[in-house]
Amino acid sequence: MTPNKSLPVVTDADAPPASPRDGVDPIGDGPLDPARRAFLRTAAAGTAVAALASCSSGVDMEDFLRKHFKELSPDELKKVLAKVEKRNQERFGKKTTVSAKGPQPGVEYGYGLDISRCVGCRRCVYACVKENNQSRTEPQIHWIQVLEMDKEHGVDLAHADLYYEADAVPRPGKFYFPVQCQQCRNPPCVKACPTQATWKEQDGIVVIDYDWCIGCRCCMSACPYGARHFNWATPNLPAEELNPDQHYLGNRPRPKGVVEKCTFCIQRVREGRYTACVEVCPVGARKFGNLLDPESEIRKVMETKRVFVFKEELATHPQFYYFYAT
Amino acid sequence: MSGILEFVKGCVRQVLSGGRAYKAWMAFLLVMIGVGVVSYTHQATAGLIASNMRDDVSWAFYIGNFTFLVGVAAAAVLLVIPAYVYQWKPIKEVVVLGELLAISALVMALLFILVDMGRPDRFLHIAPLLGTPNWPASMLTWDALVLNTYLGLNLVLVLYLLFKTYRGEHYDKRIFLPLVLLSIPVSISTHTVTAFLYNGMAARPYWNASILAPRFIASAFCSGPAVMIILFQLLRKAFKFDIKDEAIWKIAELMSYAMFLNLFLLGAELFKEYYSATEHLLYTQYLWGGIGEHTVLVKYAWLSLACSVIAFLLFLVPRTRKNFLTLNIGCVLIWAGVYIEKGMGLIIPGFTPSTLGQIYEYTPTRMEWGVAGGVFGIGFLTFTILVKIAVPILVGTFRAPERAHGHAPAAGYPVP
Repeated sequence: MTPNKSLPVVTDADAPPASPRDGVDPIGDGPLDPARRAFLRTAAAGTAVAALASCSSGVDMEDFLRKHFKELSPDELKKVLAKVEKRNQERFGKKTTVSAKGPQPGVEYGYGLDISRCVGCRRCVYACVKENNQSRTEPQIHWIQVLEMDKEHGVDLAHADLYYEADAVPRPGKFYFPVQCQQCRNPPCVKACPTQATWKEQDGIVVIDYDWCIGCRCCMSACPYGARHFNWATPNLPAEELNPDQHYLGNRPRPKGVVEKCTFCIQRVREGRYTACVEVCPVGARKFGNLLDPESEIRKVMETKRVFVFKEELATHPQFYYFYAT
Repeated sequence: MSGILEFVKGCVRQVLSGGRAYKAWMAFLLVMIGVGVVSYTHQATAGLIASNMRDDVSWAFYIGNFTFLVGVAAAAVLLVIPAYVYQWKPIKEVVVLGELLAISALVMALLFILVDMGRPDRFLHIAPLLGTPNWPASMLTWDALVLNTYLGLNLVLVLYLLFKTYRGEHYDKRIFLPLVLLSIPVSISTHTVTAFLYNGMAARPYWNASILAPRFIASAFCSGPAVMIILFQLLRKAFKFDIKDEAIWKIAELMSYAMFLNLFLLGAELFKEYYSATEHLLYTQYLWGGIGEHTVLVKYAWLSLACSVIAFLLFLVPRTRKNFLTLNIGCVLIWAGVYIEKGMGLIIPGFTPSTLGQIYEYTPTRMEWGVAGGVFGIGFLTFTILVKIAVPILVGTFRAPERAHGHAPAAGYPVP
């Protein structure tokens, strides 16, 4: 893998801004200003919390009254991040850094997957699990799912096997079709979410605020790619395997009862690195880069290869492209 | 205000007094609620993993029950229209019971949403002003809006009417009628929006059919009244509440039209799927014939169809419609038919096969049954309490003290 010349590299010259979350549009397009909403929430929450806190021991007053991520002021966001770090320390006995770095201007991420190269080894699946602090066992959560398909049927989900077990891959007569969040430009999950707990960032990454998600799973019903995963139980994440480099909207440990998903390794790519799955792929089937940069690898793929998007008939317009290099 | 305090005290007295059968029924409901609370505590501690839902089938039994109950609630409109728009007296005398049923059904529907949520403690995030509702894009925010509006409307209407009757006064038409008329479109929209919740998802071809909302309304107009007809007969026996046969037969007749439509729309959908036989057929095939060795739902599908067809025939023939034995059998069958169809036949095939073509066979766990039982317990308790207060007011045995010795108002529904 060549150094990521196409990726935006953050240098000191790019200067960390005063706000921990630069490059983001100021939000506040709602009819109600955040301060007033916060006041109302505090007032109404008083009674509700008293009732709920008594039956649900896990409820933290501060969390309960917290504002939507996009409504947090820079100061409030700093406090919230510090709290996540403190909680990580308590739970895992490990120092972590939790960033909320925003999208960089002039960057829109695109992903390419070479179907003709993928051998179905699932190294990407497990690299992703490790990088993104997914639950290891009971339940096991995979953001990347690799489908084994018959060559004679082509891309046909009715003949696809997600749970194939093989002594050696690729198997004769089969090809492999990895699926993860397609970071749609017209994301049905964002439309379906009743609380705006999920949205698409300016650099194209669809994120979830795990502290705003109510666990209704509308997004899962709406997603045509099975890319959203619910924490049916408290995630099982051994302390020694915790990845300490975290992003608030990405790989920080999730609570039970909320939905999570692939974020193109937001904690890595916004620092100018490749995603874990791109890095680990032994056959170089995975390509990643800035769609707005004409020199990027992903643009080269799109210009020279036969590219298609998955379930194009649904008009979700993915930023994830499959292609045949050979 | 003292009048209201007196009214509340009277209501409590009404609810606490009752015969042995009443007490046994209340005890039974409390046991059901107890089982529900224990089951829900288990679910809240372990997480929703205690259910059989998984990523592949991420909504199931709870949401099926929710959908069914929204239908039951919407069906009150089948009484409201003849009563208030056509001023048909026999139904006007019982319409309030339909509204009480709607209130209880909505309470249950909202509770089913709550028990299905991964983080119920964050319910305020969907509330207007307090949270950040994704309105108008998200169908669930619309659903929350119409369900709560319909619940509020029914509560105001029923409480106002009962309080006025208790005081021996007539209701103010200028307040009452506009609210009643408003409740008609709101009632229809509750079930329509619930259908749109599924219908709008292109990711699930099984639901993504424009016929879904009409089918929902048609099946609601069968299932809701089926519950009412049985309840009317029970109340007639228990309270000597004069509910005329004509009212029941009229409802049964309306049901037979609705059931015809329901079966017709089902046929239209089956034709489209099987005749064109595209990849979308898989979901319908999973329900009606199974895919390979995966046949969990097949028995439910055919059982539901058999119930609906037999019930339709019983309701179609006037002789069996007007015979209380066959009428009641028909009611139970239609109830079962729609309940199974909404519970197992709507939600689960929508998810099976999954969006990536995998088949996960879902059946509810005992814990899910326990939680559902608890929710039904709370709903039945709500209905029992409301009826226990409403019926004595309607028959004239529960009146404001200062009115009790005055001119005794005629039994039944007050007609201005």
